[in-house]
Amino acid sequence: MPWTREQMAARAAEELEDGFYVNLGIGIPTLVANYIPADKDVTLQSENGMLGMGPFPTEAEVDPDLINAGKQTITQIKRSSYFSSADSFAMIRGGHIDLSILGAMEVAENGDIANWMIPGKMVKGMGGAMDLVAGVKRVVVVMDHTNKAGEPKLLKRCTLPLTGTGVVDRIVTNLGVLDVVEGGLKIVECAPEVREADIRAATEAAIV
Amino acid sequence: MVNKVYASAAEALDGLLVDGMTVMAGGFGLCGIPELCIAAMHDKGVRDLTVISNNCGVDDFGLGILLQARQIKKMVSSYVGENKEFERQYLNGELDLEFNPQGTLAERIRAGGAGIPGFYTKTGVGTLVAEGKEHKDFDGETYILERGLTADLAIVKAWKGDTDGNLVFRKTARNFNPEMATAARVTVVEVEELVEVGELDPDGIHTPGIFVHRIVQGAHEKRIEKRTLRED
Repeated sequence: MPWTREQMAARAAEELEDGFYVNLGIGIPTLVANYIPADKDVTLQSENGMLGMGPFPTEAEVDPDLINAGKQTITQIKRSSYFSSADSFAMIRGGHIDLSILGAMEVAENGDIANWMIPGKMVKGMGGAMDLVAGVKRVVVVMDHTNKAGEPKLLKRCTLPLTGTGVVDRIVTNLGVLDVVEGGLKIVECAPEVREADIRAATEAAIV
Repeated sequence: MVNKVYASAAEALDGLLVDGMTVMAGGFGLCGIPELCIAAMHDKGVRDLTVISNNCGVDDFGLGILLQARQIKKMVSSYVGENKEFERQYLNGELDLEFNPQGTLAERIRAGGAGIPGFYTKTGVGTLVAEGKEHKDFDGETYILERGLTADLAIVKAWKGDTDGNLVFRKTARNFNPEMATAARVTVVEVEELVEVGELDPDGIHTPGIFVHRIVQGAHEKRIEKRTLRED
């Protein structure tokens, strides 16, 4: 059985280590916050200017001055701190963030990632994604293994405009977990009842 | 005594607006945007603007109202989703757009305000962002040259300010505002609460008054773009 979105988020949460400062992207990565193990002390960074992000607010707690990078209302916790965008990206670009978990449209066998633009179709922008993949110590991508047509999204080379080159360390998909290693991708885990052969069949990238 | 205090955003912008000018506007999404100055710019009808701002508001609020009125010629931004009018104007070739990675945008503004004409960054190497830019290797890694950014005018939103222009921001409404306050020839700030000099703790001031030329107090709508609640 391939993993659901929630199960992918739970699996990605296993990448968190005690004491980590972590930035979570929009989509499934945001759900990772729901699965932080109780014995691990993790501080979430939001690139719009906050360290120590709390849960979504109750109606009474809603504050228009307090949002996450996905523009959703959030709350502060005891350890929270606020800072400017330049300071925020000094943390990111300067290598002070331990882990970035983000989504992708395509990942290539050399660790290239594309997640910000579909030419002629989607005009949204890269936001902080290029800075995150360039600066954060470890980059874990959470994504579906194939697109809606069943075509691979783990490719020999990305076809879409890149977000970064050679930056991805690990990929968590609905089928399993793969690492970017010398010569291609290495299967490190399969979802329940998914065989390595299933992953190979759904992957264009070289599997070593 | 120089007076920095103005009675309204419209008065604070008097004599500063010129067609074709470059304006920095603070905010992230709709959080911490200078909504009073934006509304005043809309009313005054200044046109052909180049606007440097992380986002471009929503269709009927924030910078979106300047888009609707066709007052913006070019945007320099990192993310412009959630704005249909923006997408329409851009795909029709009516609007010029320069995408910057968010951290590069913030640092370009910081550098511009600090008198630094350019800096090298790893962000964007090997992507469309790097095209046409100088590449240079440092310690075995490749970086690209990004230029500092300045503007004719910065419009900034702070929480509290004093009559000298010292500013305090609140929570994530800070975002691009402090850097933008440093990077323009003239900086106009709107605050929720204006106090007398001496009332703010000097150790708690985020932006010193030297960067602020005009300040105005007003009532802010502070619209929420994505109200997200937890279920208890």
